[in-house]
Amino acid sequence: MSEGLLGSELFRLILGLVIVIAFSQLNALFLVWLERKVSGHIQLRPGPMEVGPHGLLQTIADGVKLIGKELILPLKADKKLFFLAPVLVFTPVLVGFLVLPFSPGLIIHDMNVGVLLVFAFSTITVLAILTGGWASNNKYALLGAVRSVAQNVAYEIPLLLAVLSVVLMVHSLSFSHIVESQKTVWFIFLQPLAGLIYLIAATAETNRAPFDIPEAESELVAGFHTEYSGMGFGLFFLAEYTNMFLVCAVATSLFFGGWNGLFGFSFGIPGVFWFLLKTYLLIFVIMWVRWTFPRVRFDQLMNFSWKVLIPLSIVNLLITAVVVKII
Amino acid sequence: MDELEKIEADDRVYSLNLGPQHPSTHGVLRILLDLDGEYIVKCDPVIGYGHRGHEKMGENRQYKQFLPNTSRMDYLSGLLYNHGFVLAVEKLAGIKVPERAKYIRVIASELNRISSHLLWFGTYLLDIGGITPFLYAFDDREHILDTLDTITGSRLTYSYCRFGGVTRDIDSKFIDMTRAFLKRMESRWADYEALVSKNVIFIHRTRDVGVIDVNLARQYGVTGPNLRACGVAFDVRRSEPYEVYDRFDFEIPTGTRGDALDRYDVRFREMQQSCRIIEQALEQLPEGEFLTPKVPQKLSPPKGEVYTAFESARGLTAYYLVSDGSPAPYRCHIRVPSFGNLNVLNDVLPGTMVADAIAILGSIDVVIPEIDR
Amino acid sequence: MGYFKDIFVGGLSLIEGMGVTVRRLFQPLVTVQYPRQKIPLSSAYRGHIELKVFEESGTHKCIVCLNCEKTCPSGVIRVQGEKQKEKGPKTLTNYVIDFSKCSLCGLCVEICPTSTLVYSKEYELVGETGADCQIDLMARLATQVEKTREEKKTQEIAA
Repeated sequence: MSEGLLGSELFRLILGLVIVIAFSQLNALFLVWLERKVSGHIQLRPGPMEVGPHGLLQTIADGVKLIGKELILPLKADKKLFFLAPVLVFTPVLVGFLVLPFSPGLIIHDMNVGVLLVFAFSTITVLAILTGGWASNNKYALLGAVRSVAQNVAYEIPLLLAVLSVVLMVHSLSFSHIVESQKTVWFIFLQPLAGLIYLIAATAETNRAPFDIPEAESELVAGFHTEYSGMGFGLFFLAEYTNMFLVCAVATSLFFGGWNGLFGFSFGIPGVFWFLLKTYLLIFVIMWVRWTFPRVRFDQLMNFSWKVLIPLSIVNLLITAVVVKII
Repeated sequence: MDELEKIEADDRVYSLNLGPQHPSTHGVLRILLDLDGEYIVKCDPVIGYGHRGHEKMGENRQYKQFLPNTSRMDYLSGLLYNHGFVLAVEKLAGIKVPERAKYIRVIASELNRISSHLLWFGTYLLDIGGITPFLYAFDDREHILDTLDTITGSRLTYSYCRFGGVTRDIDSKFIDMTRAFLKRMESRWADYEALVSKNVIFIHRTRDVGVIDVNLARQYGVTGPNLRACGVAFDVRRSEPYEVYDRFDFEIPTGTRGDALDRYDVRFREMQQSCRIIEQALEQLPEGEFLTPKVPQKLSPPKGEVYTAFESARGLTAYYLVSDGSPAPYRCHIRVPSFGNLNVLNDVLPGTMVADAIAILGSIDVVIPEIDR
Repeated sequence: MGYFKDIFVGGLSLIEGMGVTVRRLFQPLVTVQYPRQKIPLSSAYRGHIELKVFEESGTHKCIVCLNCEKTCPSGVIRVQGEKQKEKGPKTLTNYVIDFSKCSLCGLCVEICPTSTLVYSKEYELVGETGADCQIDLMARLATQVEKTREEKKTQEIAA
């Protein structure tokens, strides 16, 4: 690393953050469009078609509309917390982007505890949801917030246990190390159960259907963001999609070989494209799941985590530990 | 009152006002829930937001002028309500209906029943959180609406039946469209089964949820698919056949547990049975008149009263008409199934969760405007 | 073993469900892009009522019997006519319907003794005020007559 302003770590970080914010916003806009298209075609309708070619600019139009709308503050709501929550929901997601390994040279800050950082910060999201739900002074919002906390506590455990199996195999918490060790064989083939558990828990972590009980629109109207209007709601909405990208990108690097091609063959495609391709495929699967299944009930969701996911991931971890020790 | 005070004194319990503006209260129903965390302690449905005075309207106009009102009580099975009203008046005035008209009415009614059940199927899945089956069901329902449109000229409030027949004869186009629809549905059942009926999440959401005991059902006067789900094979089409229902071979699907899954299952199989009825009716369809010309324009039935029950998509529905010999009924009363079906919630909901409340309310399939009427 | 069987069967049912939805991804869409694309109306379509133009007379056959006005359950129809001669039949001068009250039951069409009342095929009936729902059938008739005349002309030219 050369000396001077351009090479300094601080400059890299600031530049990276700007790029991350720009990328995550654009990406979220694209994902909203993609979700509507996927849901549309699954349901035999075309989805947005009016603004731009095949409705590509629809989300931008929606965003402009949301910005123009009034921010309604409910009576007796906690004003400071109410406006803090949408901001709070976005920050942890942005931090996660800093350590994502898009390609060998394209990591904003390759930390040796990158995995830990992502998961540590992703727990803040639930704090934002709790804050928003509590500050709204609305029973539906509070119910949604309470559900969200319970759900996140339950699903953080299998999520981390699944990730731990991978970490045990690599002996490193750095994303670039984990990805490099998947050069020939992706970890999904060595750790299929952990991969599956990760994906299920990640769906629950991001409050996506069928685990979208914090916002369950047919039960709780809109759950924790019932009272949010305008861009307050818009930020929650964008954060959901950014969060989805983050968990899928993490899944790609942990289980699907990150920037590596299939079984060591990259077919001349640059690593960053491999990475994005796999991430978007995973996102598509999560969308596909959302538009297929009904919502699970709150207690069933907890049951599933405590009785199925956690025991299985513990067993998986134990087996991994034993096998790693023997080899 | 003591109980209420006790609940209020207990500060663990708080009340939640579900509706009248809520995404899944199916119209303008308001349910006052007392909750302990997510669990329901007490449930109190509040009705009457959609009261339009249909019964009083019926008493202030000629018999035939009440026809458009009938399909606006239960707008999802408007043709069945229409059908039931003409049955009552025909019985009161002693009007003979041509055979062909009877068959046409049965075919149209059963199509309407399927469309009502399909809509319930879609919205029920929407309540539970599955959005896609809703659109598939509406896609199928669209075919029924198009088919009925070719003979009734309307898509929701049909006003198709007349005293002594129907307004318009069915043609080969209608028959072809109906046959095409039946054929289409054959392949759709498997899809619905794979997507919903067998889905483990759906089964967990509905199995043993909102169990209605047979005795409880009898106490509240629960009828229709909700009663059949408890194991009672009661269907007006079978127990007191009207029109030509005694000429068809169809089963009455029943459940065993009386839970939401059984109610789902019963309705699902009922759609298949309706398809069977339509198929047989199309085969037996006789030639002849579709409307008897002998009915006077201003109908004044002889003094007397009549009670006619029929099976609407939601259960036993009945018209009770009293004639004093004038062109308007002296008393017009409608027995709607949703009223009993809804009030059973008082006993079923306590002890369940909020998410279950929505699943149970949806499974009971109430149409609030027919309760409020 | 029931524990693992439940997980397995449950998972299988989920995959089966996903199979149904993914097949739909590749099926043709059913959406009709409404203002640009329209589906043909059914021949039985019940729009608001209008006066039929009979070819032989070039006009309607209303005899101002007021049957339609009396039979209407909602008081939609207002018919006015006057006698041309002392003892002759009435002729129609004014026929206005208030479509905002109409429930499209069709009783007026059925009772019309000269079958001069028919359903129009119009369904794009957006109005901004209550006055927009007042449809003057006599004014409509004039445009209808003109329309049929023009159609005849174009047919003749084409012939």
